[in-house]
Amino acid sequence: MNYQQARWASKECLEPLVFELGKAGRRGATLPPKIPAGVKIPESLIRKELELPELSEPEIVRHYTRLSQMNYGVDSGFYPLGSCTMKYNPKISEELAALETAACIHPYQAEETVQGALELMYKLERHLAEIAGVARVCLHPSAGAHGEFLGMLLARAYHKSKGKERTEVVVPDSAHGTNFASAAMAGYNVVVVPSNARGRVDIEALRKAVSKRTAALMLTNPNTLGLFEDEILEIAEIVHGVGGLLYYDGANLNGILGKTRPGDMGFDIVHFNLHKTFATPHGGGGPGAGPVGVTRKLEKFLPMPVVEFDPKRKRYRLDYDRPQSVGKIKGFYGNFGVLVKAYAYIMQMGAQGLREVTEAAVLNANYIMRKLLDVEGYEIKFDQSGPCKHEVVFSAEPMKNKWGVKAHFVAKRLLDFGMHSPTYYFPPIVPEALMIEPTETEPKEELDRFIAALKEIADEAKTNPEKLLGAPTATAIGRLDETKASREPILSWRAYKKRVAHA
Amino acid sequence: MGHPYIPNTAETRQQMLREIGVASIDELFVDIPKKIRLTHELNLPQAMSELEVKRHVQAMLSKNKPFTQMPSFLGGGVWPHHVPAHVRSLVQRSEFLTAYTPYQPEVSQGMLQALFEYQSLICELTAMDVANASMYDWATAVGEAALMCARVTGRRKVLVPELMSSERYAVLQNYAAGPGLEPVKLDYDWSTGQLDLSKLRAGLNEDVACVYVENPSYLGFLETGVDEIADAAHKVGALFVVGVNPISLGLLKAPGDYGADIVVGEGQPLGNPVSFGGPTLGLFACRDDPKLLRQIPGRIIGMTTTLDGKARGYTMVLQTREQHIRRERATSNICSNEALCAVAAAIYLTSLGPRGLRELAEICAANASYAIEKLGAIDGLEAPIFNAPHFNEFALRCTQPKLKIEKFNAALLKQGIQGGKPIRKEFPEFGETALLCLTELHTKADIDRLADAAAKAVGAKR
Amino acid sequence: MKGTDGTGVVEKALELGAKPVSPGRAVDALRVLKRLKLEFELITYPAEMGADEAREAGIEGRTIGKIVSKKTTAEDTKQAARGMLAEGVELILFAGGDGTAIDLIDAVGTRVPLLGVPTGVKMHSAVFANTPEAAGEVAARFLREGLPLREAEVMDIDEEAYRQNRLSAKLKGFAKVPYEPAMVQATKEASTGYELADQKAIARWVFELMEKGRIYVLGPGTTTRAVAEELGIYDSTLLGVDLIKNYKLVAKDVNEEQILQAVGGKLATIIVSPIGRQGFILGRGNQQISPEVVMEVGKENILVIAAPQKLSSTPTLKVDTGDTKLDEVFRGYIKVITGYRQSRMVKII
Repeated sequence: MNYQQARWASKECLEPLVFELGKAGRRGATLPPKIPAGVKIPESLIRKELELPELSEPEIVRHYTRLSQMNYGVDSGFYPLGSCTMKYNPKISEELAALETAACIHPYQAEETVQGALELMYKLERHLAEIAGVARVCLHPSAGAHGEFLGMLLARAYHKSKGKERTEVVVPDSAHGTNFASAAMAGYNVVVVPSNARGRVDIEALRKAVSKRTAALMLTNPNTLGLFEDEILEIAEIVHGVGGLLYYDGANLNGILGKTRPGDMGFDIVHFNLHKTFATPHGGGGPGAGPVGVTRKLEKFLPMPVVEFDPKRKRYRLDYDRPQSVGKIKGFYGNFGVLVKAYAYIMQMGAQGLREVTEAAVLNANYIMRKLLDVEGYEIKFDQSGPCKHEVVFSAEPMKNKWGVKAHFVAKRLLDFGMHSPTYYFPPIVPEALMIEPTETEPKEELDRFIAALKEIADEAKTNPEKLLGAPTATAIGRLDETKASREPILSWRAYKKRVAHA
Repeated sequence: MGHPYIPNTAETRQQMLREIGVASIDELFVDIPKKIRLTHELNLPQAMSELEVKRHVQAMLSKNKPFTQMPSFLGGGVWPHHVPAHVRSLVQRSEFLTAYTPYQPEVSQGMLQALFEYQSLICELTAMDVANASMYDWATAVGEAALMCARVTGRRKVLVPELMSSERYAVLQNYAAGPGLEPVKLDYDWSTGQLDLSKLRAGLNEDVACVYVENPSYLGFLETGVDEIADAAHKVGALFVVGVNPISLGLLKAPGDYGADIVVGEGQPLGNPVSFGGPTLGLFACRDDPKLLRQIPGRIIGMTTTLDGKARGYTMVLQTREQHIRRERATSNICSNEALCAVAAAIYLTSLGPRGLRELAEICAANASYAIEKLGAIDGLEAPIFNAPHFNEFALRCTQPKLKIEKFNAALLKQGIQGGKPIRKEFPEFGETALLCLTELHTKADIDRLADAAAKAVGAKR
Repeated sequence: MKGTDGTGVVEKALELGAKPVSPGRAVDALRVLKRLKLEFELITYPAEMGADEAREAGIEGRTIGKIVSKKTTAEDTKQAARGMLAEGVELILFAGGDGTAIDLIDAVGTRVPLLGVPTGVKMHSAVFANTPEAAGEVAARFLREGLPLREAEVMDIDEEAYRQNRLSAKLKGFAKVPYEPAMVQATKEASTGYELADQKAIARWVFELMEKGRIYVLGPGTTTRAVAEELGIYDSTLLGVDLIKNYKLVAKDVNEEQILQAVGGKLATIIVSPIGRQGFILGRGNQQISPEVVMEVGKENILVIAAPQKLSSTPTLKVDTGDTKLDEVFRGYIKVITGYRQSRMVKII
């Protein structure tokens, strides 16, 4: 299959900026008539000018349609970004989140007028709690990192309630960058533990790393190498042994649905990424949702309000009477529009379906792993005697050593095949890393195409590396000067105008 | 039978297992210790077909009363506006909707350019030079702004108005806790609600990282002394942070024009539905000062050229600030943001244009003005409670003895109207008060209806 | 000098040490530059001091200086370095051992970045890449795009210890060496990307941890120097051990006896940073901090600090106090402070 991305181009750019389009006097929206009422705002507070583009509706639609054509989503093709779980986004979920009864309700409405919303949130919470093996779930956080931040706040509240001030959070060196950042944002000192030759947390190092100062260990399981931390029970013992808490980064939940549960592994705090495991669309970076689940002992610290069900009055209500709550980490109750989609997904899959999701995802990853191991140029760094889970991390180091081609060239060239690159250079403990997560929504033929493409790229590296260095060529635009972008930043239209004026 | 979202059927999966020499799926899970392996299916409802899910969720949500079916005067952080149909259809385009963060700029120019346009539009709206590609919401944007100001100035105190949104204050407290910052509430002028400038000056010293005001304020009045506030803050080397409802900037002076260093706000009203409070869209913009730029949180899209310098292109920039490169020295932990909501905002702003936005703001302000007039004329009600100019929100007080604001609202509800947000719990000093919001969704008839219902609720004569 | 097509053409020089050792390795490194199609100008010294290797690698270089072939000395090395500095080279790539490194910093100090091609002769200094290929790659990236620089210890055999049949190295000075940021991110907690800034971050935290009334024994190196500077002390010794108390410098460049006197019976903490290519935290450049000193202060009162850049070149650390039993106590994982409120478990092997 050949790929050629749409390309709208004028002389020195693709599609012009919206500021470069339109004409004075045009407009793209109508408004209802104004009531003749006197507005008592002093003239000195009124703005004198506002420079926004002026386009008609068809121009606007065309402009953004063209931009969308020069973009790539899961619906376009294979998107094997490791730890992002780019699975298919069910369209029925979009329909449901757009219902008037979902989109046109205000969070401060009288509770009796939003019972449907409260019920959905309550039930979603129950289902997530069951999936993870925890007692309660807070739906407020907007993203995984936001959930991590909340997790850190919960850990602090817990330790404080025990009269302890714990200052450290332990993080494996393979962890996602948000783990480190969230711990630091919450004011914790971070202690990094290395991974062992098997790609798992080094137990010996962990033992030395924890102490009475340890508030928590943050762990992803399966980890970012796609490997199950099989010593998790011992890890839990070590951390709990010093009175610390175990935090679960749910980015890789797709690897264990229905097979095991973080709560059963000993985790005290668990975050979910609804935009990963639960199929809500990524939207080019958001919105997502990062609910946080906790075991009983941490329930009292959850942010408010919590959705409760009053069995007597058979009503759902928002409970603000939570004296030990950490307060709020976001306005209102969470990204409701995203919650609706996740709920619909869980209801469509059911228990057996979710287990099949994981089985298919894990099989797809192992299939790629076995097949790619046979291709010269790629290797696996860590002990791979066992299976991987839903993702696998390859190293393109052989390609670099033999033919001088590095991982990001592989990634760029893959775009020409109509596939999105896997994550690369992450996790940083693997040189020339290519982190591949196919997800369960890919058919076998697509996986075969992917392996074939990687093989073709390896062949090119061997025989014709020039071609690789010039990639990608089938995309709307070729390689960009990223250094210049950061060194001489132009971050807005007005900055661009200034730059052009001075030139 | 296979599931529509899992293409590989049981048969294909068997074939795949054979091809890689694995006996069964179970073999791929042997690394899970027996002790924690689930031996039963998860306790979840039976899987539903698409039709059943649709009916199920529709039925559940039908228990909600949307504000499209009954006049609602709620605002307070998310505000209902009409979203032009094409905004939604454009953001629903799957290349936008199902894309991830644009890490591969060559294949993601669409998203990158759309976000660059969003950044640019926010800059124009706020009169700032740099805007990021979104934060979670207004509240977290305030938190991040406080952290940023602390990093830039090396100071710990964050001065905020006592009358700022209590939810946003609660979030600020959590963000401040990490590095040990100290939010300090500043007194307000009893009659106007506005920040008491003398108290502000008394509270300003070399320990203050920033002064934060909301304009229009949470309770709807405008802070008319913002020039003085900016001056006072800058005199002690503190930064000036302003929080806004962006719709108001169609009419009101932009914070960049009265000395703001950082602008935060809620972008939801720009092309995004209320949706029960989320997804939301945190605005974050700042001046073009290298000290600030180095510390600005969140993703930023920059313009650059192709390697040969011939064509313009867009890419994520200044990533050394971000978490995936700098780890915990990062300026923020934000990874996924509200990108699609930002694109919707960009399309919305482009659609309205400067005149449309101005007109919209005027409609909102006029509606509020009319509502204030009608409600203020009712015996037993006081509107607004502050003697200051308002934009599209105001506080309404029930002066009728023994009438609690919740009862008042309940009475309105019985007449098919959703009143404002009761704020007695947040600010007991104002008595039985509620925060009302007016937008272009409200017709004159709606407001008249509100007045009638309000009059009935207080049992007053008009 | 900038290149014609903007690919960052720069000058680079190659030289060999006084004794021709493993010219093949030098050729390997140069070949990488050729393979990567780096546009640069090569300046080299005659015959076995570089020109031969350049020719063999297929690179046209400009030869400066004069030597007597097969009779080259340390002085030739120094002349070469000075000559290249005068030519305005951006990097001196050298193949040789510690001796060559010492000669180079003698001649040009930290005015020109250095990078050593590992040749198998004694290399205690931290200026060497891991492999000849890596040397070529880092050189290429440095010249093409620019890379940050770190300060690397230049070491030499401790003659006295050698006479006592112990292998130990003395810290001679520091060189500026380019490093590959990706390597730093590879083990990765946060790094600003710049070693100096990261060292400052470490210093800031160490400062917060310091207690009044406690004696701090500050080992040599640039990271410990950053700690001193954070306290406002700008005259601490780079190559020696200093004593700090109550945020003031109380003694400079002390020997073992002086340290023992100062810490005897008192609360003390030893702050050290990995020295040299193998990352010795005790011994090898830290001889003043003898086994007696360590035992007097207490093993639990040793604070190891190292910026991520340092650890990227020495992912494991070593201890060689001279007392094998004491060394054994240290084996295993220790916490190394790598930034502000940030540390990493590193193995001492």
